[in-house]
Amino acid sequence: MPSNESWIVRLMRNPALVQYAGMVGVLMLLIAIFSSLSEHFFRFQTIPLILNQIPDLIVIAVGMTLVLVIGGIDLSVGSLLALGSAVIGVLMVDHGWSFLPASIVCIVAAGLCGLINGLISVGAKIPSFIVTLGMLEIARGVAYLLTNSEQKYIGSSVETLSKPLPLIGLSSAFLIALVVVLVAQWVLTRTVFGRYCIAIGTNAETVRMSGVNTVPYSVIVFAVSGLLCGLAAIMRTTLLPSTDPETGVGIELAAIAACVIGGTSLMGGRGSVIHTFFGVLIISVLQTGLAQIGAAEGTKRIVTGSVIIVAVLLDAARGRWFARR
Amino acid sequence: MTDESRLLFSCVGLSKSYTVKVLDDVSFELRRGEIHALLGANGAGKSTFCKIVAGLTAASSGTMQLDGKSFAPSNKRQAEAAGVQIVQQELNQIGTLSVAENLLFGRFPHRFGCINRKELHRRARISLERFGIDDIALDMPVSRLGVGQRQLIEIATALDRDCRLLILDEPTAALTHRETEKLFTWLSQMRDRGVGIIYISHRLDEVSKLTDRVTILRDGRRVESCSTSELSTTDMVRAMTGIESASTETEFTSHTQTPIRLRVKNIVRTGVLENISFEVHAGERLGIAGLVGSGRTELLRAMFGSDTADSGSIQLDDDPQQHRFRSPSQAVHHGLAMVTEDRKQSGLLLSQSIAVNTTLASMQQVCSRVGVINRQREHTAASDYREKLDIRCPDVNQTCASLSGGNQQKVVMAKWLLCGANVFLFDEPTRGVDVGAIQPIHRLFEELARDGKAIVIVSSDLDELLRTCDRIIVLSAGHVTGEFTRGVWSRESIMQASFAGYAI
Repeated sequence: MPSNESWIVRLMRNPALVQYAGMVGVLMLLIAIFSSLSEHFFRFQTIPLILNQIPDLIVIAVGMTLVLVIGGIDLSVGSLLALGSAVIGVLMVDHGWSFLPASIVCIVAAGLCGLINGLISVGAKIPSFIVTLGMLEIARGVAYLLTNSEQKYIGSSVETLSKPLPLIGLSSAFLIALVVVLVAQWVLTRTVFGRYCIAIGTNAETVRMSGVNTVPYSVIVFAVSGLLCGLAAIMRTTLLPSTDPETGVGIELAAIAACVIGGTSLMGGRGSVIHTFFGVLIISVLQTGLAQIGAAEGTKRIVTGSVIIVAVLLDAARGRWFARR
Repeated sequence: MTDESRLLFSCVGLSKSYTVKVLDDVSFELRRGEIHALLGANGAGKSTFCKIVAGLTAASSGTMQLDGKSFAPSNKRQAEAAGVQIVQQELNQIGTLSVAENLLFGRFPHRFGCINRKELHRRARISLERFGIDDIALDMPVSRLGVGQRQLIEIATALDRDCRLLILDEPTAALTHRETEKLFTWLSQMRDRGVGIIYISHRLDEVSKLTDRVTILRDGRRVESCSTSELSTTDMVRAMTGIESASTETEFTSHTQTPIRLRVKNIVRTGVLENISFEVHAGERLGIAGLVGSGRTELLRAMFGSDTADSGSIQLDDDPQQHRFRSPSQAVHHGLAMVTEDRKQSGLLLSQSIAVNTTLASMQQVCSRVGVINRQREHTAASDYREKLDIRCPDVNQTCASLSGGNQQKVVMAKWLLCGANVFLFDEPTRGVDVGAIQPIHRLFEELARDGKAIVIVSSDLDELLRTCDRIIVLSAGHVTGEFTRGVWSRESIMQASFAGYAI
């Protein structure tokens, strides 16, 4: 390798760095575009405003990343979010529970649903697409039954979590989501558990033939995805602050889109939680920006869909570019 | 004397090279109304030859003639149009489609694109009845039939199309005695109609009984072509084996020690492995020879727990405990390692780095007590083995996909060496490995032996076993049909044993 290459060429050889640079670049570009189109957008208040809206999507996307990494998919996340939220609403409004125990029950309930997803899809070797599609219906149904298909207003007592903190302007919920991102990234890249997840997604048969029992790892990943949905339910319930059995419809698609924009492979074996985080940011900035410039619902959807496809095309091109080197 | 008008197919100087020459200057003649056996050991070039004739692959050089006209099919369709049909060992069926649909696939009777079901079943019934099969429901999905019946349907499908030249590769492997008889009757009828048949089989008694002439291939070359009645089955084996080549008698040092490291007792997998028992000493290299499909891979898989044996057990060292492993993780826990036949499917994580692959089976060695990976330790471990095994790569963070076959195999070995296994099962360890990398892998066997490991090597390359093993056992149709020790073995006796199980 010639040593007189410019530093830029050397940087370009590092795949991870190029990917980060690409995602930050896209984010900056979006912010620049919307700032020029709307005088309200690029204000110091706008950024925290967006960030405080998305902690639920962030933690759900984190769980989704792990599930995609092992080569699965979790379509039930939106319904688990609604189920968890319904649990909190019913316990607090109808039974007079306080916030903390209600939240614990919410996380346990969503985690159990995730565990069931894992046990059935891994244990019976049924594609997780099908199992979680079933769970999507079931959990949504339970949410309707629990709440009698009604919204429940909980009240400002629970809002603390989602209220912006003084000075930084970000909510505790967002900070928690950030911690979840960092911990998950650490688990995925630095622990044996994460290593096995990536290995299982790459080639489960090789992992099995290397003497590793893959079943518990895969099941745990689905359970973790469920637990994170429970956490997301708490975040969303405190943000509103109410319970709505129809909440979270379609959030699985936003989460999958965020993962894919971040370069996570739907075939498994490749993914980064940090990249997914940037994926969520890109989607959210796009949505908020389009809303602020007064784009119609139709336009918003067309633009968002196009961004997802372009992101995947770019990612594929990047992969080919590095494969040639 | 070859009557020119009876000549159906001929080829001259047919050769095929992949990385090595698998078919070398083969000439062959097939007459009308003749069943012509094609014999040879593993890798002799039988299948390649048939694939060229059937248009599945192209020859590197040489010419073929069919009916006096130059014949060079560039795909299967062209060969079929010229009247050449092949029935391969692997079933070529669509499991979810019905018997009738598979029989007439590609030739569905239809009107404006709609399949005429009545006509479909009528034609399917005719072609099956011709074969004397009347006990298979035509609308049954083929995936629900047994292998034997599927094989019959596969053959019937080929025979139903007008053909002048029929190639059958091990057609009776899955057939019962009665079904085999039926097939022979039918083949004889086709012979009487003037069809030329090329017939490949491990069952030499069948060959003697059924065929008119025999051509024997060895190492890609034709060594014999004569009328079947001139050869006994012993002569056939001798011709397939050839003369002992001097090159295999290189210096060999045995490292076998007295203690027995592995006892395999009465392993049975119904229909695949029949009561297999053997022992391997510490430092011993045991070869398992046998024809493709004789149950060699299945034996290793049953020992390693990737398939569970129906009965039988494994004992390790002095441990009186009898094991029948139900998963590879149990086997690995007890010190077994298996280097699988297909590196890419079950040996490596191709898109991951050499370091990740090396430590995959021994994460506990490179992580803290709570499961955090120590990257420094991982890198050191992988680099150590890169050096020890001479894995050619600039860096252990490189992906395995970028390595050559030989180096990939070394990564698989590094994985098991790091894991500290005591019993090594190798399935075709040098298949697809470039010539230069074979020697180092054989040296590795020697080093393992010197360290007192027990080593079991399955290989289709008999020379490889003769060069590297202390002892060879032979599997044939799921039975152990011979055991040979270095010094008293001969290729011919091993080859005789390889065919012995099929005569039972």
